[in-house]
Amino acid sequence: MSSEVNNTIAKIRHQLVEVSNKNKVPHLACSLSSVEILYTLYFKVMNIRPDSPQWAERDRFLLGKGHAAAVLYSVLGQRGYYAPEEVMTLGQNGSPFEEHPGKNPPPGVENISGSLGHALGLATGMAKAAKISGLPSHFYALVGDGELNEGTNWEAAMFAPAHQLDNLTVIVDFNKLQGTGRSCDIMQLEDMEAKWKAFGWHTSRVNGHDVDALYEVMKSERIQAGKPRAIIADTIKGGGVSFMEDDNNWHYRIPTEEEVENVANELGLSQ
Amino acid sequence: MRNKFAQSLTQMAAENDKVCLLYADIGNRLFDKLKSVAPERAINAGIAEANMATMASGMANLGMRPFIYTITPFTTARNFEQIKVDLAYANEPVVIVGTGSGLSYANLGPTHHSFEDIAIMRVLPNMQVVCPADSLELEALMPQMLEVEQPTYLRIGKKNEPLNYDDVPDITLGKAHVLQPGSKVLLLCTGTALQIGGKLHDALTEKSISTELTSMHTVKPLDEDYLQKLGEFDLVVTLEEHSLIGGFGSAIGEWVIDHYTKPVNLLRCGIPDVFIDQVHDPESAREKIGLTAEDILPKILNKLEGL
Repeated sequence: MSSEVNNTIAKIRHQLVEVSNKNKVPHLACSLSSVEILYTLYFKVMNIRPDSPQWAERDRFLLGKGHAAAVLYSVLGQRGYYAPEEVMTLGQNGSPFEEHPGKNPPPGVENISGSLGHALGLATGMAKAAKISGLPSHFYALVGDGELNEGTNWEAAMFAPAHQLDNLTVIVDFNKLQGTGRSCDIMQLEDMEAKWKAFGWHTSRVNGHDVDALYEVMKSERIQAGKPRAIIADTIKGGGVSFMEDDNNWHYRIPTEEEVENVANELGLSQ
Repeated sequence: MRNKFAQSLTQMAAENDKVCLLYADIGNRLFDKLKSVAPERAINAGIAEANMATMASGMANLGMRPFIYTITPFTTARNFEQIKVDLAYANEPVVIVGTGSGLSYANLGPTHHSFEDIAIMRVLPNMQVVCPADSLELEALMPQMLEVEQPTYLRIGKKNEPLNYDDVPDITLGKAHVLQPGSKVLLLCTGTALQIGGKLHDALTEKSISTELTSMHTVKPLDEDYLQKLGEFDLVVTLEEHSLIGGFGSAIGEWVIDHYTKPVNLLRCGIPDVFIDQVHDPESAREKIGLTAEDILPKILNKLEGL
């Protein structure tokens, strides 16, 4: 990865930790595991126009795991949808940057999120509508592994292949932890890749913190005609911050001032 | 009503390429005509009602005008949270069509009954609630579904409901429709209960009691202009094939409490707080719970005597 990519990703991570501390917003570790996935989508893969967020033919990203809204806000800020500083109002009274994205979100946010198990169905409906109307857009849904406990995902997972929705991609942020424990001890999610394959999806599994590897599987050349696409991204909850990695306390914990500084040092961003 | 729904929808889909249907694997040959007119817009969503509601939201977001259709409890209660978030909060113009509402599927038991649907739909912000009385009211209201940019719950029956009109009535979404004007008793009906209202109207008129018969096909928003005159009647009777808790009668009661300084004499008729099983057909179910003109008439007369 280039230093510019690394620098942008570091800024995103740092902002997530900083805003969590400033506004006492939890779900930090859940956001950290998705940083590279969203970076790759918004900076390398999706056909979008940040200066024209409602452009009709844009690709659309539908956020599942809505509690990780901060990472989407931060990535959109870095991508130029608005000034990155605006994200620092996250969770404050009157801010469009709600802890779970609402009906009147900041530019670039496509869906209401917060209740799990909706994003893939939304993306599937959009992909079907696009097929009917001839819209060239591609639809990406991000879901968490815990989110896949919700049965609605598997309803959509059966519908999309039956309708040959090759304009649809689901990305699973598979960080192996959910709210209160190890995902696979709570609901058996493995063999994750085999599950999606068995449902009829063109499936790949990739290191979800490696931008180049993510790009390789997300690029349009990898689309198989007539099949929706599932990308299983193996990630680490709290990924990229050494003392938060794979520690589920950071699902809810708020970092202290000192910890924010430690993160800045670790990311090479201290002033 | 379901045949009229399919017929009207087919016509609308032929005229408007945004109109589409998602159905949860029911209807067998009901939508054959639609499938020939717009094959790509007649979508079997599978027996997966929650995902059907969410997909409809996504489709509406991209400019389509989806109708989602299955038996009432499965497209109101089962997928309620999807309706709340993806249709009501998102404020997408999707029409949720519940077929076989109330006691239409009496013989199929409580799994297929719906006495709670008006209550749970009308509590949602942005949601319209529309309950046509018969296929002629439905025919009049169907094209109006496309005139609003918000979600609508359309509560319909099954088939061969008795007609309340000779021809398609001139009715408007959101407006009460007076079938028979009167001055002493007001029979305020929603949905198929208009049939009971018609019988009661005849019985009361025979006793020289001036009675107004009104169809309130739109339960939400209520026609507040019309409701201003409630206080002019000696007795207002609400009729519905829905629980007395949270339904049409409750909505009228709430409105009266909020808007009248003087009390209005109200008699609410609907389904009591019980599940109904071991019944053969809608009529036997109505008899079992006393939701017939014969059961209600003495209650009205008693009330009038006590005034």
